[in-house]
Amino acid sequence: MDFQVVLLAGGTSETLSPLVSRDVPKALLPVANRPLLSYPLDLLEASDLKDLIVVVEGQEAARLVGAWVSSAYLDRLRVEVVAVPEDLGSAGALRAISKRLTANDILVISGDLVTDVLPGAVAATHRRNGAVVTALLCSVPVSGPSDTPSSSGKDKAKKPNRLNIVGLDKTKQFLLHIVSGTEVEKDVRVHKRKIQAVGQMEIRSDLMDAHLYAFKRTILQDVLEQKEAYRSIRLEVLPYLVRSQLRSAPSVGNGRPVDETGNSAVLSSGNLQCLSQHRVIAPSAFKQDVLSRSCGGHRCCAYIAPKSKYCHRLNSIQSYSDINRDVIGEASHLSGYSFSAHNNIIHPSCVLGSKTTIGPHCILAEGSQLGDKCSVKRSVIGRHCRIGSNVKIVNSVVMNHVVIEDGCHIQGSVVCNNVQLQERAVLKDCQIGAGYIVTTGSEHKAESLARK
Amino acid sequence: MSQKKSRSRGGGGAAAAGDDHEDLARPPPLQAVLLADSFTLKFRPITLERPKVLLPLVHMPMIEYTLTWLESAGVDEAFVFCCAHSNQVKEYLEKSGWAGRAGAGSMAVTAVESHDAISAGDALRVIFERGMIHGDFVLISGDTISNMSLKDALREHLDRKKKDPLAVMTMIIKHSKPSVLTHQTRLGTDEIVMAIDPETKELLYYEDRADNSNLYVTIDKDILSNNPTLQLHNDMEDCYIDICSPEVLSLFTDNFDYQHLRRHFVKGLLVDDIMGYKIYTHELRSGYAARIDNFRSYDTVSKDIIQRWTYPMVPDVISNRNCSESRLHRQGIYKASDVTLSHSAQIGANSVVGSATSIGDHCRILNSVIGEGCTIGKNVVINGSYVWDNVVIEDGCQVSNSLVSDGVHLRAGAIVEPGCVLSFNVEVGKNALVPAHSKVSLLPQPSNEDSDEELEYADTNSGVTDSPPFSSMRSNGDQATVPSEEDESGTSETGTCGVVGYIWTSGDAGILEEWRQSIAPISKEKLEELQHAVSENDGSEDESNNPTLPDKDDSSDSAVEDDDLISKFEKEVEETFQRAMGGGVNRDNLILEINGLRLAYSLQHADCAGAVFYSVMKSALQAAQSTNDTLLKTTAEALGKWKDLLRNYTKTVDEEMEILLKFEEMCQETTKEFSPLFSKILPFLYDTEVISEDAILRWAEEKEHADESDKVFVKQSEAFIQWLKEAEEEDDEEE
Repeated sequence: MDFQVVLLAGGTSETLSPLVSRDVPKALLPVANRPLLSYPLDLLEASDLKDLIVVVEGQEAARLVGAWVSSAYLDRLRVEVVAVPEDLGSAGALRAISKRLTANDILVISGDLVTDVLPGAVAATHRRNGAVVTALLCSVPVSGPSDTPSSSGKDKAKKPNRLNIVGLDKTKQFLLHIVSGTEVEKDVRVHKRKIQAVGQMEIRSDLMDAHLYAFKRTILQDVLEQKEAYRSIRLEVLPYLVRSQLRSAPSVGNGRPVDETGNSAVLSSGNLQCLSQHRVIAPSAFKQDVLSRSCGGHRCCAYIAPKSKYCHRLNSIQSYSDINRDVIGEASHLSGYSFSAHNNIIHPSCVLGSKTTIGPHCILAEGSQLGDKCSVKRSVIGRHCRIGSNVKIVNSVVMNHVVIEDGCHIQGSVVCNNVQLQERAVLKDCQIGAGYIVTTGSEHKAESLARK
Repeated sequence: MSQKKSRSRGGGGAAAAGDDHEDLARPPPLQAVLLADSFTLKFRPITLERPKVLLPLVHMPMIEYTLTWLESAGVDEAFVFCCAHSNQVKEYLEKSGWAGRAGAGSMAVTAVESHDAISAGDALRVIFERGMIHGDFVLISGDTISNMSLKDALREHLDRKKKDPLAVMTMIIKHSKPSVLTHQTRLGTDEIVMAIDPETKELLYYEDRADNSNLYVTIDKDILSNNPTLQLHNDMEDCYIDICSPEVLSLFTDNFDYQHLRRHFVKGLLVDDIMGYKIYTHELRSGYAARIDNFRSYDTVSKDIIQRWTYPMVPDVISNRNCSESRLHRQGIYKASDVTLSHSAQIGANSVVGSATSIGDHCRILNSVIGEGCTIGKNVVINGSYVWDNVVIEDGCQVSNSLVSDGVHLRAGAIVEPGCVLSFNVEVGKNALVPAHSKVSLLPQPSNEDSDEELEYADTNSGVTDSPPFSSMRSNGDQATVPSEEDESGTSETGTCGVVGYIWTSGDAGILEEWRQSIAPISKEKLEELQHAVSENDGSEDESNNPTLPDKDDSSDSAVEDDDLISKFEKEVEETFQRAMGGGVNRDNLILEINGLRLAYSLQHADCAGAVFYSVMKSALQAAQSTNDTLLKTTAEALGKWKDLLRNYTKTVDEEMEILLKFEEMCQETTKEFSPLFSKILPFLYDTEVISEDAILRWAEEKEHADESDKVFVKQSEAFIQWLKEAEEEDDEEE
């Protein structure tokens, strides 16, 4: 048994309302007309990590997710969908299924991660270093619509929680210091002994914790058991592990040379395992023994995603719009579709009226109809939508079975399933919950509308 | 002396003239400021008699290395700033031929003399006033050994300056040896933590002084928001070679309180963000650079020289100038040609023996440097030590890991334990034992080591006799024979043995730092302790960082800091005040300075009042004799003299209350001498209008509900308070 994957798929998150609801849990929220969960699942499949536990908050949500997964990934992945009570936090959810973990190493991935960084690469780094935990760090994504750069800076400031401050060693492999949550806004305090031990530490504030971790199972279970109050992996478990590594290790600095020699020794030992997908040599448990014997401590590692890679977490309305935009735009390879020469996808079953233009970076799903003189730019339109004439849709997401009558203008908005927009409705930066009816001629700006 | 001066000036002038016609073809001449005074006490007692830069380092005065390097690095004009022992430095420059040289290809050396300078900051202010520096210059102190090429660093500096005129300084730094333990202990200097932007190499944070009370390095959040990536270094050595723009000098002049180059100037620029000036670093990748800051770095650098890391600054290459040719033999042994060496004597690897030295039978010299004209008897063991010129070591002596200055005489059988420093002409008696880490000098230890270490300097310009008076309990007359420990324990038989000279006692800080800064190798226990310190991680950090728990640690921390801050502030105010007492500063300036301090510590006006009052009272106490009467009298005088100053701070009742509370606190804690006089001084404060009756009455009121112990002084002055109350009533009646 190689790696066991735990996918934390969340439930019906409050922060994403009105987009998510009882009928559409977060995991099934369509991103470029595909359920969100399909992104990490495809990624795991590509890394040949096929044994996984999907943890969903709430029975009902779990049922929905389970039904979808079993139909979509039948014969492709061995998925077990587990329901846990709501509001446990990520660490709590992990604690709830702790008994089911059996493999040596556990890969924990958040279900809302949209990325093209292969989890296998993280797993390989984890094995290679014999780490207790390996975290994926990626550049902080620029959020906000790409055509308004001024707002992007503002949005970044709005989301301080997503920023981390990390301390890395000289080789940028080892995680020596991590600050997350509200602490990020304060001055950085680094223990002097830590610097003494390593000599040199790189402090970076332009990386974020992508919520993809590889853990050593025994340690993870110990921590979850001992620290019952821990609720979050990102805010508590990981910082705890990083903090305690110095204590148990006599010296990280001395450990380094051993690491090098240990590495070569292991390479020749023949006790090797290959992660087939990447052909990266991952010495197994033997290596860990060598290291733990030589320096007694554990080590926390980091896998830093290359700048060119896409890495974004869908945990806010803003990020939902961003990810939709990116998946059909600059990161189109993630969508899994093949784009036409005009850089857009129009399902052959779509019906377009005369003088209707569909710009680049758009997706029109099957069965949708558009009237005359419509204009769609950088937007996603779901299945079986009926759109009248003179409708403008810019930078927006329109889900399935939406009715949009003549003369509507939609900009920077998200329109959920079964919404009806009556004539000449104008939406700017709005979120419209499922089944809502926007009345004739009404104008809305930066509002969140949902059916009572 | 004036003759010398004019000659050296002439040299500088000639160089300038020489540069004139080459000016078109060449960039402006590169200038250097060499500080021939370290402004520290680390090499005492030796520096009482000879300036540090002239101390021999493997047979050559340190300044020789520095000047040679400056010349080889392409410096056209060097200003040697001398302060303590300036005569000796100038004499040396004359004799060695540095001064007075001119013309193309060689470096012009000009001595700059000032006796008032007590710090590097003062020195640079003097240089600025004299207007000698016209362009970018190299700032170095005369105890720096290097063989690096300045070209790259200089080009970087100039390029950067073209793009960004705010880049005023480039510091040369170097990787230290890659071991946890030797990062900072190798040179015996304080630990340095630097934060550097890996892209631009801008220095963002600098902390030197090992302050163990503060376990954390704190980096301001603003720094991080401007620089998403930064490198924290603990593994770098500061070479103390800086390439500066002329702005640096004016910065020193503008900020007249800058003394120390690093602690004040660098920190000031980084923390206060003055005019947005920036400091950059240049990492030295090949080449050698190190500064001799203390005895340990003296030892380390000497070994590096012997092992030829500093090539071409090695004994057999540059010592030719002094005509004492020494040749390199196998295993890094350097021997002058005229050494008299017994056949049975053994010289171990990495040793240097100077000319006209004779070494007797069965001697063993290991890892040591022996100067010129030394006479070493039979069966002497010298290990890891530095023996300067004309030293007599008689039969059977043992010297290990110590420094033995010129003219020292060790009589037969003497043992010098590791870490000792024997200053000039000290005599050690027969079979005497000099205990480890002792410092022996013919000059007495100055009794009062006033003020901060960094402000101090070897102050005897006129020579030996000028040193401050010595109040020793051990001495019994001039040049006392201080019995050594051996003597006391009764093992000596002759009675005449012992040490001629004073054994200096090291201060409190000295004991702590002794292991770090002496020549003696660091003991095994200490290394283990260090190793342990590095590896162990106290549990408290865990708790305090735990996000689920309230941050208890922090609050208590800040409270402690607060207290600390006020006491520090008080101390500074006191110092400022004492300076004012000595004359010099007038009242207005004093108020200005104190206000400045208040702002610096961001304290309340009331704190100021308390601190000033404290200083006034302290001054009275110091002036007074022991009896209460005189104390009262001097206090009254002091209060009379400074009442204006105090009144300046007592604008409101709150501040007056603060003074009263402070007075009370002083009487109870720090200066108990005042406690019997409380009730007598209080009316005086009232008379001089420092404190109003409102404040006194309110104080009395507040204290009514206090503990008995707190009420002592209220009771003591009950009569006066009563009188005040009655007077008030009378006033009311009159109206």
